[in-house]
Amino acid sequence: MTEATPTIPIWEVFIRSRNGLAHRHVGSLHAADAAMALQAARDIYTRRGEGLSIWVVPSAAIVASDPADRAMLFEPTADKIYRHPTFYEVPEEVGHM
Amino acid sequence: MYTQALNARETAPAQPEDADKLARFQARVDAEERIEPNDWMPAAYRRTLIRQISQHAHSEIVGMLPEGNWITRAPTLRRKAALLAKVQDEGGHGLYLYAAAETLGVSREELVDALLAGKAKYSSIFNYPTLTWADIGAIGWLVDGAAIMNQIPLCRCSYGPYARAMVRVCKEESFHQRQGYEIMLTLCRGTAEQKAMAQDALNRWWWPCLMMFGPPDGQSQHGDQSTAWKIKRFSNDELRQKFVDATVPQAHYLGLTLPDPALRFDEASGHWEYGAIDWDEFRQVLAGNGPCNRERLAARRKAHADGAWVREAALAHAAKRRAREAKQAA
Amino acid sequence: MATTSISVAETPLVLYALRRADDALILGHRLSEWIGRAPMLEEEMALANIGLDLIGQARALYAFAAEQEKAGHGEDHYAYLRDAPQYRNLLMAELPNGDFAHTIARQFLYAAFADPYWRAMMGCAEPTLAAIAAKAEKEIAYHLRHAADWLVRLGDGTDESQRRAQDAVDALWPYTGEMFEADESERMLIAEGRAVDPAAIRPAWEATVARVLAEATLTQPGGPWMQSGGRSGRHTEHLGHLLAEFQHLQRTYPGATW
Repeated sequence: MTEATPTIPIWEVFIRSRNGLAHRHVGSLHAADAAMALQAARDIYTRRGEGLSIWVVPSAAIVASDPADRAMLFEPTADKIYRHPTFYEVPEEVGHM
Repeated sequence: MYTQALNARETAPAQPEDADKLARFQARVDAEERIEPNDWMPAAYRRTLIRQISQHAHSEIVGMLPEGNWITRAPTLRRKAALLAKVQDEGGHGLYLYAAAETLGVSREELVDALLAGKAKYSSIFNYPTLTWADIGAIGWLVDGAAIMNQIPLCRCSYGPYARAMVRVCKEESFHQRQGYEIMLTLCRGTAEQKAMAQDALNRWWWPCLMMFGPPDGQSQHGDQSTAWKIKRFSNDELRQKFVDATVPQAHYLGLTLPDPALRFDEASGHWEYGAIDWDEFRQVLAGNGPCNRERLAARRKAHADGAWVREAALAHAAKRRAREAKQAA
Repeated sequence: MATTSISVAETPLVLYALRRADDALILGHRLSEWIGRAPMLEEEMALANIGLDLIGQARALYAFAAEQEKAGHGEDHYAYLRDAPQYRNLLMAELPNGDFAHTIARQFLYAAFADPYWRAMMGCAEPTLAAIAAKAEKEIAYHLRHAADWLVRLGDGTDESQRRAQDAVDALWPYTGEMFEADESERMLIAEGRAVDPAAIRPAWEATVARVLAEATLTQPGGPWMQSGGRSGRHTEHLGHLLAEFQHLQRTYPGATW
């Protein structure tokens, strides 16, 4: 195998299951183009009735947050508890809110 | 997400790593946090995982061959469909595992090239031949049984993509062992010839299956660090003992004897003690001198070579399509 | 001591079912031979899926044949205890796989027929067959898409893949006519609305084939001469070898349960 041989690109696969509402990432596969990627995803990741809808995305198209930024991106949310309903007191007599 | 662009390749593995970073990494592992693809990790951790995951993947792919050998001769349509589905699952497992390895900055092509060049290892067990239909039963019962022992703890390994692949594999694997045991049961309840077939298969597969768990704990190269990093959760001997304890009663239920005159139940420990394993055979098989090593690799090389024009065609077509779309957009 | 073959009372419905079951079984068996040999892992999965679908269709059709024959036969009797002259599959199904282009071209040519055929059979007057057809149609629709997409990529890929794809289509073409045959036995069922006239499927098949071959930049072969004989048990040399391997265990261990 020479270095110059083009490789078959990787696609990330997302499946929305029967009862689920959102597509979940289930893994990846190799395919030369989008049509083949969809079929491969169906053949590999839905053999046990797992899916109703498939998304395939070229791996290279995915932009991920940098783990090194984890603290900066996600920790500031921790002390903004006023975003959660439990922060607020509503008397029981008022009923469910 | 497993952005290939962010998965940095190891450029300077020989450089000493920041002691602070190493300590924080170990703390995360100790806290049972999952390590994900773009997280900082020691170079040795990455290397070990690539080695372990790719060996696992290679094993699944090579493992398709001994069982695939009997699909065209499966003796009933039900058995044929089950075996085809099982072997297909194994291909799928290889695929999930290559995908997990790729998150560590290595390509499936490189890993496969290493396998075909004889540079990569795969489980010794698949270098043995399937001589009768009973071998298919024995493989499902014993080999998949041993694999499950190894795989369930891996569902909690520290590296996220590997752990998640293992969860998927374990779900699918649960029918594999049952399929194999059911075959053995049918044979053992069948004609005298069939029962003899089953006993013969057990005689040939028992010791190689015990060897699957690897060398005794004292001799294993990679143990301690892998345990500290939670890539390996139980020792070879621990898993081997678990396997023996689970399997011996299953063999007795079938009315079969195990090819180990030293096998005895120790009341005090509650374990089945087994005889000495021929580690010479294990080393020979790993070195390439097992009954089928050459055939297995030759088969994989042929499949890969025969398929080259197909893969090239797929890429060529994709390129043509992109060019056409670009022209239309212009 | 080997087991002798069973005798089958081939009344029209039994014969009909065996023909389609044998098509599916032999094709499924051929596809299973690709395990461990496919051009890439993703295609191992795809070919195995297609094979499993076809074996499933065969089993359903054998079950129907058994119901109709009422001779105490089951799927395994039909599959393992009939010799080549008793098999009723299309010749195309038993041909060796050849290279990937040959396998894909065969799958395409067959599915391009079977898809509209099963869709039409969904409305037939025989309820069990209609139900089998409904399930089979969904499966075959996918096989057709998969095979067609691959044929396009091979035909319109590299020079080598185009050559191989064209060779495959040329070699298989003389075996396609057999799909449209219907003998006296089948004509009776057709008249009763219990089977569909395969000749009626020809326009749909021709349209699909023309469209896909064009997209694949392949030439449609000409020539009117069509191979035939499978429907009445006159097979190629290949089926004997296939069955010898397939049936070995049942023939060698008579009466055993597996």
